[in-house]
Amino acid sequence: MPFSTLSEIKDRLDAGEATAVAVAKIYLDRIAAFNGDLNAFVDINPAHVLEQAEASDAYRAKHGARALEGLPIAVKDIFCTQDGPTQCCSNILKDFHAPYDAHVITRLKEAGAVLVGKTNMDEFAMGSSTETSAFGPCRNPWDIERIPGGSSGGSASAVAAALTPAALGTDTGGSIRQPASVCGITGLKPTYGRVSRRGIIAFASSLDQAGPMTRSVKDAAMIAAAISGHDSMDSTSVPDAPAIDWLGACDKTDMKGLRIGKPKEYFVDGMDTGVRAAMDTALAECEALGAEIVDISLPHTDAAVAAYYVIAPSEASANLSRYDAVRFGHRCDNPDDLTDMYTRSRDEGFGTEVKRRILTGTFALSSGYYDAYYIKAQQVRTLIRQDFIDAFKTIDVIATPTSPVTAFKLGEKTDDPLTMYLSDIFTIALNLAGLPGLSQPCGFVDGLPVGLQWIAPAWREDQILNAASAYESATDWVKAPVNFGGET
Amino acid sequence: MSWETVIGLEVHVQVNTKTKQFCGCSTEFGAEPNTQTCPVCLGMPGQLPVLNIEAARKSVLTGLAINADINLVSKFDRKNYFYPDLPKGYQITQFPLPIVERGYLDIPVKDGEKRIGITRIHMEEDAGKSMHEGLDGVSHIDLNRSGVPLMEIVSEPDMSCSDEAIAYLKQLHQLVCFLDVSGANMEKGQFRCDANVSVRRKGEPLGTRAELKNLNSFRFIKQAIEYEVNRQIELIEDGGEVVQETRLYDSVKGESRSMRSKEEAHDYRYFPEPDLPPLRFTQQEVDTIRAGIPELPGQLRKRFETEYGLSPYDADVLTQTRDLAAWYEALVAAHPADPKRCANWMANELLGRLKETGTDIAASPVSPQRLAGLLERIADNTISGKAAKDVLDAMMESDDDADAIIEAKGLKQVSDTGAIDAIITEIMDANPDQVAGYRAGKDKLLGFFVGQVMKASRGKANPGMVNQRLKELLKG
Repeated sequence: MPFSTLSEIKDRLDAGEATAVAVAKIYLDRIAAFNGDLNAFVDINPAHVLEQAEASDAYRAKHGARALEGLPIAVKDIFCTQDGPTQCCSNILKDFHAPYDAHVITRLKEAGAVLVGKTNMDEFAMGSSTETSAFGPCRNPWDIERIPGGSSGGSASAVAAALTPAALGTDTGGSIRQPASVCGITGLKPTYGRVSRRGIIAFASSLDQAGPMTRSVKDAAMIAAAISGHDSMDSTSVPDAPAIDWLGACDKTDMKGLRIGKPKEYFVDGMDTGVRAAMDTALAECEALGAEIVDISLPHTDAAVAAYYVIAPSEASANLSRYDAVRFGHRCDNPDDLTDMYTRSRDEGFGTEVKRRILTGTFALSSGYYDAYYIKAQQVRTLIRQDFIDAFKTIDVIATPTSPVTAFKLGEKTDDPLTMYLSDIFTIALNLAGLPGLSQPCGFVDGLPVGLQWIAPAWREDQILNAASAYESATDWVKAPVNFGGET
Repeated sequence: MSWETVIGLEVHVQVNTKTKQFCGCSTEFGAEPNTQTCPVCLGMPGQLPVLNIEAARKSVLTGLAINADINLVSKFDRKNYFYPDLPKGYQITQFPLPIVERGYLDIPVKDGEKRIGITRIHMEEDAGKSMHEGLDGVSHIDLNRSGVPLMEIVSEPDMSCSDEAIAYLKQLHQLVCFLDVSGANMEKGQFRCDANVSVRRKGEPLGTRAELKNLNSFRFIKQAIEYEVNRQIELIEDGGEVVQETRLYDSVKGESRSMRSKEEAHDYRYFPEPDLPPLRFTQQEVDTIRAGIPELPGQLRKRFETEYGLSPYDADVLTQTRDLAAWYEALVAAHPADPKRCANWMANELLGRLKETGTDIAASPVSPQRLAGLLERIADNTISGKAAKDVLDAMMESDDDADAIIEAKGLKQVSDTGAIDAIITEIMDANPDQVAGYRAGKDKLLGFFVGQVMKASRGKANPGMVNQRLKELLKG
């Protein structure tokens, strides 16, 4: 059971072979056994999990099953929930309890899901390794000396080690896909505007998007179907977004007629040779499944990281101003005056990386620098968006490695922020363009997972799911780490 | 050496929508602190703004009424600064692309009219209120006002004295009231003004300006501008230099002090608000709003003069507010025979009485229909004008109509010739000497007889008729 997919568990629940309570107990036991090694969960309330599971079993008995009836799903600590603390893994929100659920949390509850707990993350989602968490680093189940990626590292680690069959993450510059890649699971970042951001603690508002992290493509589709859709209380949630048949798009077993773009900018010298080899094998597999591989160019790719690290910190610098110790969150002891309260509370509450980004953003928006940084970055963003529009004139999807490297060691890059920022080099561009992307396992290098990233035009998650489900049906890269009770 | 003053005004007008700019909280004034708040206007984590389209429509309406261009696409921006009554740490406003640009108002000046340019109107949200007074060293914050919609109306530096500034503000105040886009109550902070003031010697380029803040009545604005003009002129004449700064006017002391210099000015780090898409209107939507513009004060004044034959003064008094004008027109509709009588009685008698009790026309105890009933009785000579004033006094205190009061008080005029003649005969019989005197040419004695007859009739005799009949009967 523990390494089953969400849809397999659903089948067993629907067939009456298991109850939500029994399923919940399996995962609660695993959390109790393994979370100490992984630090994937930062808040867990077993009694409350069982209550939800009991309620779900009762609901099923009375009304029948909803879309995610009785299925355990963990959520990143960035989603506001009325139950338990929501801390964004930051000391500034220590013990903060939101008086509301995020829109996606409401959607999960309405679909009958059992919310397992809050997963570890980089503080305010700022990081690529889940090492900036105020609650200590999270670890990768494939090698606990290594990072699980970030910022949704807790969700990725928990799903990879089967502490939960599925989780939600958020993706601002790759924070779902990169940890999914290095933990060997599937992660989907929907089109910007597909999923409501309401109740998700904002990092960079024009980039943030929530999505599922799962053990299969179909599982990702199941959750995406439940959480997507218009929310009139998020003005960036698109009211007339083209609907897609999420589950129907996962039935593909071949790639006949599929034109896959292979951007030369994502297959560069200096990338990990093992990752490169895994990619070559994966693309050969796609060809064998009937796809046509088309060499393409996304000429402004090399400017994406720079543009992102202006735009995201700029938005963050404003988004994080509300943590001012006035209404909620950490307040320093005995402030002398208002300025002392602001500066000392924020100094104590925010970690180094968050401060670095607030300062970067504040600088980029400052009078005299705004045109050179922010405006220039927005121009680059427009060019990047246009790159993709041009490319998709001749192809259906784009395939790239998700990350240029496999999981690195804890502490390896913490002193070198710029190197850390380059972890997102292959994931950032599509956030800037607002496009959907998915990472799925496509091999191992030295026992560490490698991820294959699919990118589609806006609102065409179905094209991604077509390709990814076909690839998944023909390969066998979703594995269970042996140290956590798996067979491999 | 002669000096010129240059004044530009920034007016913050609270838009009178039922709910706030970006959430569903009430905008009602005067509630218990922090009772009209929600996670959005408290700036809680993950909460997002949703534009109140009604506030945008009212901004468009205002733009159309000042003959401005409406930007069919406008954008929201964040203005960043830390203050405890600003929950998000930024204010949502409009910076490079506001909803309204390039309008004007024509204001009355000594020798006619002057056109004052209006650079822009942008939408923004109000901050909460900080209270420091009398709290023993702590500050309290009320966030009921946080997120209340504002229009900031920015003029060109087209005014050259405090009188013009006040004329512009009064015109603007009247306009937003007529448009019903704001309560515009200055005491409640619904109409707030900042003034940019500079001076220069005639013919010289613009001088350095100071910004005056915290001006919350027409009187203080005038005082503050005049104080500032004098301060700047004295400074320059003494060899000093005006520095660019923000100054706070203290209405109690009648002077201003520097709040912050240009060096200390905030860098607001404006950038596009990523939580809100651009605000779009179609031309049809703008045209629909345009069709809803009511008759504006200037048009109304001219129509009252031509259509009802009112004096410019009465026309002005009766068009001060939309309610007044509507009340007057309801009165005329109920008493169409004499619009001028309507104007006299409303402007002089009714408004005078309302003013004594501080009552608004909308809350007048006497309705247009009831007042018209009284005017009818004057017109048909049932009562004298003097008696009618007593009747109006009584009407202010009761719900009875004019006829009932006239009846109850016995104020009906006697206009019956026979009855009047009988009284006259009685008076003449009682005063043979005076009759003889009058007949001998003492015309002045007529006044004596009128007085006696009116007294004998206890004021009810129709004075015109008494005059006429006396002259007749005294001839002998």
